[in-house]
Amino acid sequence: MAIADRQGTWKPKHRADADAPASDAEAAWQDALARTPDRDELFTTMSAADVPRMSTAASAAIDPERDLGYPGQFPFTRGVYPSMYRGKPWTQRQFAGFGTAAETNERFHYLLAHGQHGLSVAFDMPSLMGYDSDDDHSLGEVGREGVAVDTIHDMERLFQGVPLDEVSTSMTINGPAPIILAFYAVMAEQRGIPLAKLSGTIQTDILKEYIAQKEWLFPPDPSMRLVTDMVEFCTKEMPRWHPISISGYHIREAGSTAAQELAFTLGNGFAYVEHAIARGLDVDAFAPRLSFFFNAHIDFFEEIAKLRAARRIWATVMRDKYGAKDPRSLLCRFHCQTAGVSLTWQQPLVNVARTAVEAMAAVLGGCQSLHTNSYDEALALPTEEAVQIALRTQQVILEETGVASTIDPLGGSYFVEEMTNRIEADAYDYFRRMDELGGVVESVKQNFQMREIAEASFRWQQEVEAGQRRIVGVNAYQVEDEPEVPILKIDPALESEQVARVRAARAKRDEDSAQRALVALTEAARTPDANLMYPLLDCARAVCSEGEIVRAMRDVFGSWTETPVF
Amino acid sequence: MAGKIRVVIAKPGLDGHDRGAKIIARALRDAGMEVIYTGLHQTPQQIVETAIQEDAHAIGVSILSGAHMTLVPKILELLKAEDAEDVLVVVGGTIPKDDSQALLDLGVGAVYTPGQPVSQIVDFLNERLASVTG
Repeated sequence: MAIADRQGTWKPKHRADADAPASDAEAAWQDALARTPDRDELFTTMSAADVPRMSTAASAAIDPERDLGYPGQFPFTRGVYPSMYRGKPWTQRQFAGFGTAAETNERFHYLLAHGQHGLSVAFDMPSLMGYDSDDDHSLGEVGREGVAVDTIHDMERLFQGVPLDEVSTSMTINGPAPIILAFYAVMAEQRGIPLAKLSGTIQTDILKEYIAQKEWLFPPDPSMRLVTDMVEFCTKEMPRWHPISISGYHIREAGSTAAQELAFTLGNGFAYVEHAIARGLDVDAFAPRLSFFFNAHIDFFEEIAKLRAARRIWATVMRDKYGAKDPRSLLCRFHCQTAGVSLTWQQPLVNVARTAVEAMAAVLGGCQSLHTNSYDEALALPTEEAVQIALRTQQVILEETGVASTIDPLGGSYFVEEMTNRIEADAYDYFRRMDELGGVVESVKQNFQMREIAEASFRWQQEVEAGQRRIVGVNAYQVEDEPEVPILKIDPALESEQVARVRAARAKRDEDSAQRALVALTEAARTPDANLMYPLLDCARAVCSEGEIVRAMRDVFGSWTETPVF
Repeated sequence: MAGKIRVVIAKPGLDGHDRGAKIIARALRDAGMEVIYTGLHQTPQQIVETAIQEDAHAIGVSILSGAHMTLVPKILELLKAEDAEDVLVVVGGTIPKDDSQALLDLGVGAVYTPGQPVSQIVDFLNERLASVTG
């Protein structure tokens, strides 16, 4: 059955202001409104949805039993856990990583000492794209936007002194995710830590790479095979590990609307579920460890509505379409990051205010973990001072504002419920359109999601340029002399050091076993039934480099070039 | 002779941040220019080859990875080697002020940073390439 058929009983209502007044009071209000016209302003959300002048009981049409329930209960609109932040606050998880593995390791120890509960790794562009630091494609990019990991030795330096069985590690990498997971697992194995004790998340969400972030290694079909191999491997060997973080963040940063972010992200999630089920896995054996990653953008209420709708849609489709029975399979648990794209280059300190508002939306939307951006990130990688202000912003929200003292404080708000219903309906509409194209993966191959995003992003830019959307410091309230802010510079010497490291690693290893591991990997890639995680572990043990491993698979899988849509 | 301005919009390096490049490509096209978008992950060599093949008047280079001080000089150098220094090179992206000045000194026509209106880029190209449109 198509996802779209599972919309449930909710049907779009007429807008409140289009309805006949329900009472004398409402009629009098409408008369009064007719005499006090609106300002000349685009009263639309970032998704270009009209915002009602005021929501009412009639327009929100809340059925508390059906639409809201209780936190920790179907349909989870009010939260995934019964006690939410009363029981346990969200995890303050700041994404970090630049320069060499040793430098990032230093940053980890700094963050651990400052009360951060989870670690997060950003990789540099060559690592994200499957190139070694000494590859021609890597020139000028090594260690620039994240840490360079070429071999298992870099992974060992990255996590030096970090208690792997006590922290939860998040690794943001997609195409090469199976390779990086193999490095991490073998590192633990060599320290005598059982794989079953490792806890963390690796992003692995390759579909949003084709849609938005553009970091893929292979065509969509072999990519989906690798993702499914990881899901199967983690289900059997690393039960505390989350093998995919299904990510809307990048879709949104690429210029999508909130509704598109919601629809394309959940759609990708359903595609991974379908592939794992087709592999023969029981849905309840893996679905509890799928997690999500959403953007927390500046359009405050629409963001909260998006996050609440995400929980309701995921639970409904997982139960009704994929037959999940374990309540944990129904939980849309998610990390949020404030919107990088909302940060301005102009008057950058104002970004502290933007980030605070966005973080508040993430918290009111019920996130499980949160990254707050630093105010200087429109300019360069963040300085230490800016990172600390960003972390403190979360801490102010948690400790001082009181918003974490009650569960889903906006539940039952006419406006928030109406927006939740509307964005949910928009998502189901997108599911239907993708079903008509032959499913999510097929829609990717046909550029459907990319075209929708390009349209939305261009429309937004036009509205900004026409002055219909005002952005403080950019097209309103500009100042002549922009204050200078200090920015972080990456030492270019890092690149040559890392190049030397990968070459030394290759020179020192047992070359025969490295070559044997690579040949075995290519052979396994040719065998459709083989799970590639096992030969990848052998490659990690033999100190094969990421680039060598990618080439060994590319011999079989080929590469992928997109048709740009603009 | 009146003609159309031909612009190659290029994404060198490994970063996939193509939102800006695509918006610029579309805006220039809407402004009546002929736009060739290279797609992602182009080497400086590929970009210069495309510009020469397409007989482009300008190259718009979009970089958000921080690698601009490596990649842009390389493009300028290759253009020079191909006797194509007359091709106007314009850079857009997250370029710090100091680097921006350094790029202009190397011969880049203009550097655009986030938040500058697309119309500025259109005006700049129309003015600098006025001889093309006659």
